[in-house]
Amino acid sequence: MTLLEELTASGPVVTDGAWGTELQARGLPPGECPDGWNLTAPERVEEVARAYVEAGSRVILTNTFRASRLALAGYGLGDQVARINQAGVEISRRAAAGRARVFASMGPTGKLLLTGETTEEELRAVFSEQARALAEGGAEAIVIETMSDLAEARVALAAAKETGLPVVACMVFDSGKNRDRTMMGATPEQVARELTEAGADAVGANCGSGIEAYVPVCRRLRSATHLPLWIKPNAGMPELIEGRTVWRMTPEEFAGQVPALVEAGAAFIGGCCGTSPAFVRAVARTLGEER
Amino acid sequence: MADYSNLYEAVVNGDNKAAAAITRAALEANADPLELVNQQMIPAMAEVGRRFECEEYFVPELLLAARAMKGSLELIRPLLAERGAQPVGRVVIGTVKGDLHDIGKNLVASMLEGGGFEVIDLGADVSPERFVSTAQDKKADIVALSALLTVTMPSMKTTIEALRSAGLRDRVKVLIGGAPVTEEYAAQIGADGYGANAATAVPLARKVLGK
Repeated sequence: MTLLEELTASGPVVTDGAWGTELQARGLPPGECPDGWNLTAPERVEEVARAYVEAGSRVILTNTFRASRLALAGYGLGDQVARINQAGVEISRRAAAGRARVFASMGPTGKLLLTGETTEEELRAVFSEQARALAEGGAEAIVIETMSDLAEARVALAAAKETGLPVVACMVFDSGKNRDRTMMGATPEQVARELTEAGADAVGANCGSGIEAYVPVCRRLRSATHLPLWIKPNAGMPELIEGRTVWRMTPEEFAGQVPALVEAGAAFIGGCCGTSPAFVRAVARTLGEER
Repeated sequence: MADYSNLYEAVVNGDNKAAAAITRAALEANADPLELVNQQMIPAMAEVGRRFECEEYFVPELLLAARAMKGSLELIRPLLAERGAQPVGRVVIGTVKGDLHDIGKNLVASMLEGGGFEVIDLGADVSPERFVSTAQDKKADIVALSALLTVTMPSMKTTIEALRSAGLRDRVKVLIGGAPVTEEYAAQIGADGYGANAATAVPLARKVLGK
């Protein structure tokens, strides 16, 4: 049995919630690179990871979403790729302490292939470098997330597969009138089909326009692949009130949509922007997996 | 005048090679450059925007059309300049301080260039001071601000306040956009306009300049 089959054998699995906002709540200044904290404030990063484990996450991610060479370069950290990624995995593993699995996060580079800002060769090299460091740090799987461009997701997937680890590949659906397309216009069916063909071990959707919008997206992913589905939606849409970002959706409202996601075929369920350990606890309770 | 509707087609289809070849041939045949722009290229970009709105087109098609438009404009611009024709307007654009995300901003910059605007792109993580000094030095008509993160949206407000303190607010229009940005937020911080996506950039920029 593969790791993903083993995890999902007895029903849907609770994953984690947002990290950036949790780190900010622990003093990370807006605009500073969260991933850099793996080296400069590892104990705070570990607190976030541990909060998710204690809330019931059976899979936690790592604070390595922006830790590709191209994304780190924007923060002047382009020469720290290996250290930041390895430290990120080690922190999550310490926090998990055998109670949760550690899947390593890889996000987009922020560069577009279509405009010639980057090339497939460059992307392949930077994702391979990051994936290698994550594997060396001891990740049990790699999660490619928040991708807007299927072409970039495919390159990241191929690079991550080189490590021999299982790879989850998911994209953001937030464009078009029904908010059911990627930024580049791909449909859920197209994403599921192409990433399945490209060798993903699970596919899915994260971030986006809120959990309700991801129920039909999940159903459409289900219709186009046999792979387990990984779903981590936002807690609705943010509102800006007196200069502060506010997510009005409560953990209970979020968890209220979870049965619909399960019905639509989700195997891994967690949250993205606007979610917290309280959301994970509510999701775990709904799935009957309280810690 | 000869029929140059194939230029319109080339831009709508995002075929930059065809667009450049047709433009070059048209100019050699002494076609009126201004007519090429006004009767073929601008309507073509309007059609691209319409197709985006009704989801026939997505970001890739927008980018390709803007690139085709820009390539043709580069051939035409020297001739327009000889006649003293000015760009539609001059835009200083950037992602606000603290925010490194530039995909949306780059799309808007491409669309504006394709729409005949002169675009000065300051990149990402741009301080209010830099927006102010560039707007001043370049005599910008529009300052366009982008933010992807809710936590960096307040930098838009700070930038507008800096333009006001520098005495520039009456001379430039401020347009804002980005995933978390809304019409209400634009009104709240005193921006002149908000664009929900890159396709709205050109009509919006023309509108605030009264063109």
